[in-house]
Amino acid sequence: MFGRLADVAGWRERSLAETPATLFALRALLSEESPALGAALAGKGVQVAVAKAIVRGDVALAAGVEVAFLAPMSGG
Amino acid sequence: MTVRLTTEPFDPGVLLAEFSAGRAETGAVVTFTGIARASDGQVERLELEAYPGFTDTEIERIASATKARFSLHAVLIVHRHGEIAPGEAIVFVATAAAHRRAAFQAADQLMDYLKSRAPFWKKEHGPDGARWIEPTDQDMADAKRWD
Repeated sequence: MFGRLADVAGWRERSLAETPATLFALRALLSEESPALGAALAGKGVQVAVAKAIVRGDVALAAGVEVAFLAPMSGG
Repeated sequence: MTVRLTTEPFDPGVLLAEFSAGRAETGAVVTFTGIARASDGQVERLELEAYPGFTDTEIERIASATKARFSLHAVLIVHRHGEIAPGEAIVFVATAAAHRRAAFQAADQLMDYLKSRAPFWKKEHGPDGARWIEPTDQDMADAKRWD
């Protein structure tokens, strides 16, 4: 979880014993645990990176893959 | 092309001297230095989060496209992450080209990109607590000018 998403989640990083088959299944799992986090993940400007590459829509997740939820970005 | 992420303070003058050295054919070097603002005492420190292995690759991808678009001779981007005090430099961008306009435009484009699309997350800590800074509509519009 990056940016404000880590504050909403109350954690930055965690490992799941079993990798959900798809990104949508992972989202559903996280929303079920915390509806507030589920809503934040579906918020405007939130992007997702799987294995450090931006993805759009649903994708299959390989076992143990790293999934990052990225809040709107701001540098400089 | 060099992209460097660092948690240590840096000296923009030293970076400029190194970047400009030995450029008999370059003609134009433009630099931009972004400095953390205190905002009338409302900001005591900035916390900038990066995603190692992702943030650097994304910036390299954009810098490489900018280099090609403006036929740059060289690009240097140095970006802080971690804790930053007001008055310290956060970002340094240098572009080298045969003529000034390409160097100016490339530096402008890289900064517009870094403000709203580079993978950093910025939190301001002040006397009233902490708040996340997200790109403004203006930042988004600035970046869109180059698409």
